[in-house]
Amino acid sequence: MTPTQLLRSLAPRRDGHAGTAAASWRTPVTMAVLTLAAALAAALGPRTGTTSFRLSKPTDVLALPTATVPAQAATVALTLVMAALCTAAALRVRAGRAPARALAPAFGTAFVLALLTWAAAGATVPVVGLLGGALALSIPLVFGAMGGVLSERVGVVNVAIEGQLLAGACVSAVVATVTGQPLVGLVAAVVAGALVATVLAVFSVRYLVDQVIVGIVLNVLVTGLTGFFYSTALAPDAARLNAPARLPQIALPVLGDLPVVGPVLFRQTVVVYAMYVVVAVVWVVLFRTRQGLRIRAVGEHPEAADTVGIDVRATRVRVVALAGAVAGLGGAYFTLGSVGGFGKDMTAGAGFIALAAVILGGWHPLRAAAAALLFGFVSNLQNVLGIVGSPLPSELMLMLPYLVTVLAVAGVVGKVRAPAASGTAYEGAS
Amino acid sequence: MSDVQTPVREQAHQEPPPDRAGAVLRAVTQGRVTTSLLAVLMAFVLGALLVCLTDDRVAAAAPYFLRRPGDLLAAVGQAVGGAYLALFQGAVWAPRDTFAASIRPLTDSLMFATPLITAGLGVALAFRVGMFNIGARGQILVAAACAGWASSSLHLPVGVHVAVALAAGLAGGALWGGIAGLLKARTGAHEVIVTIMLNYVAFYLVSLLLRTPVLQVEGSANPRSRPADATAVLPPLFGDAHTTHAGFVLALLAVAGVWWLLDRSALGFRFRAVGLNPRAARVAGIDVERVYLVVMVLAGALAGLAGAGQVLGTVTTGFGVSIEAGIGFEAITVALLGRSRPLGVLLAGLLFGAFKAGGFAMQSMQAIPVDLVLVLQSLIVLFIAAPPLVRALFRIPAPARGQE
Repeated sequence: MTPTQLLRSLAPRRDGHAGTAAASWRTPVTMAVLTLAAALAAALGPRTGTTSFRLSKPTDVLALPTATVPAQAATVALTLVMAALCTAAALRVRAGRAPARALAPAFGTAFVLALLTWAAAGATVPVVGLLGGALALSIPLVFGAMGGVLSERVGVVNVAIEGQLLAGACVSAVVATVTGQPLVGLVAAVVAGALVATVLAVFSVRYLVDQVIVGIVLNVLVTGLTGFFYSTALAPDAARLNAPARLPQIALPVLGDLPVVGPVLFRQTVVVYAMYVVVAVVWVVLFRTRQGLRIRAVGEHPEAADTVGIDVRATRVRVVALAGAVAGLGGAYFTLGSVGGFGKDMTAGAGFIALAAVILGGWHPLRAAAAALLFGFVSNLQNVLGIVGSPLPSELMLMLPYLVTVLAVAGVVGKVRAPAASGTAYEGAS
Repeated sequence: MSDVQTPVREQAHQEPPPDRAGAVLRAVTQGRVTTSLLAVLMAFVLGALLVCLTDDRVAAAAPYFLRRPGDLLAAVGQAVGGAYLALFQGAVWAPRDTFAASIRPLTDSLMFATPLITAGLGVALAFRVGMFNIGARGQILVAAACAGWASSSLHLPVGVHVAVALAAGLAGGALWGGIAGLLKARTGAHEVIVTIMLNYVAFYLVSLLLRTPVLQVEGSANPRSRPADATAVLPPLFGDAHTTHAGFVLALLAVAGVWWLLDRSALGFRFRAVGLNPRAARVAGIDVERVYLVVMVLAGALAGLAGAGQVLGTVTTGFGVSIEAGIGFEAITVALLGRSRPLGVLLAGLLFGAFKAGGFAMQSMQAIPVDLVLVLQSLIVLFIAAPPLVRALFRIPAPARGQE
């Protein structure tokens, strides 16, 4: 092999095979599949009656009227919109250009609206409940995703998000019950998450253990520890150890009175407001500060960072502990923000969904947060579909969001690039 | 994340040092075996600490420790000894009238180990290619559904039936794993996301099938499958009194097969090349995308063997959606403890199977939550993965470079 051939083979492939090409047919093909599915549903399972979208409660200051549409006509109209967007994407690709970035979200919105209109014919969709429930399910995912982004940006794969969430949930419930102060519980959750992450950092940075091994094992360890203490201490003595007061909801003035967005975004607990701040801060710190540049340098090219005088190992331990603190705060939402008491295994895989959000968001804080919100939305979509009832077996509706996620990842997002040194230990310049 | 490091450290081949006896002694005291045994010991000591922390007798004796230290020590001995004795009696040997009855716990352990070994092999195989396969759960579920359908809906002669049912399970698992491989190969979709999502899809798909005539018992409202035909059941290995079934032999064959594949075949060489460095492998002319697809099909088939074994050997009287029983996730820990090597996965699977059997006994005999087993398992993996930590704690000098 000549050197030229070698160089050429190392260059990214342009045929779309590895997902690097600008004009890939993946997006239009995926859109066509979904459009076809919608058209088939409208044709084979025609709906009668109307679908209502309730936008506000009668008690709201600024009450919006309930929107009512004829189910079948609206489904057909939305399917036509989807077909148009699909054609637009196909034309762009044929012209050799990438589909406009707004096309995929617009298509997704049309698809969700079509699905809701079709499935909820003759019933009412509580829009505020749908979005509010979606946000509630997203909160731990967003915190977990921020923990994942921070940790991976500094070069440590954080598979232990699940453990950090679970530790935060358990410790915050116990501390809040014993002290009687939910806010003290929040602080305890931060400490618990940071502790789990510190173990991850010490084992992977100091003892050079494979990061994925430590991460997976920490999840099992925290599951075992919290489960053990739950069975031996928390469950037998719940009143004294596991009955925390829930955090109060705080309505922001003016913003809280807006229709739809008010109750969804601005009548929430302090954890949710902390989430808005955390996402913004992580983004600003990573991409707009000198410290963030150092963090990313350590994650992309630790040798280079070391050469310019950054202490790679210390930076990694510090940032990973911080990442765990963020994830731990998300764990507190499970107990203090929603349920109250701690339950065995109550995170139920949320840490892994958060990990998926990190990857889907391309290791970028804002996009990862958006991905986490998307996952929260699809999980709540299935709850709402379960309540309003649909003509299909419930299991099919329940699996639909996950199928759509697979389609979205395969069809629209494609290959994403991780921070270059994420997952590799740094033994020091030799 | 796309280049998850294979938790495998290739051993450097070195010329044997001149002082053979000294080298053997050093290898024993400083090598993997000693650090591994010490790691297990540390895990059990920490586990004992947990048992004492929550034991009422220990708590009662602790306040007057200085006046009568014997009481506390006796209480600690009772609590810890009772817990670990129950663990041993549940996992290995419980004295009964006959040998066959006494050895029953060990055969239970083998039964629990069977799916852990095969599913662990599937996860390990993907690791060796640098892929993080979290999808064993879904692959096991789909395989169980396929094998369950074949075992109860087809009616074939003895021998043929069990083979067909096994093949159906393998095919189901291979299909489910292959989807993730195909999507990664063709679109670059990250296998972590796809396998997590496919786990949920499989769960709801199998839940749905369990409510339809495809799998459900006629005239029943419960989402449970029909029992397997007698012709489709994997025979017990040690008679009807023991739970170990022929699936264990299949698991051993799978270990040998994966070993041959990875260490002796050209395909396995390509797998390892892609796992070490996909770009270099591409330069060397290896079709990396094809390797992603093939390895996920094989990984799915191995998880499928676990699912089929559950349905055809362990729970033959009809199963619910809980048939997966957390095996898919434990398989990841098994693969990691086994360092993604076939023999390592076998040993790790046997250990975890013993823990599973012993954990249930500990819970029923000593009222110690089965979660203690999770703590022990995770600590063992953590300490075994960190020989420098174990050596530092026990003041063992580090071995010469390249011998670790």
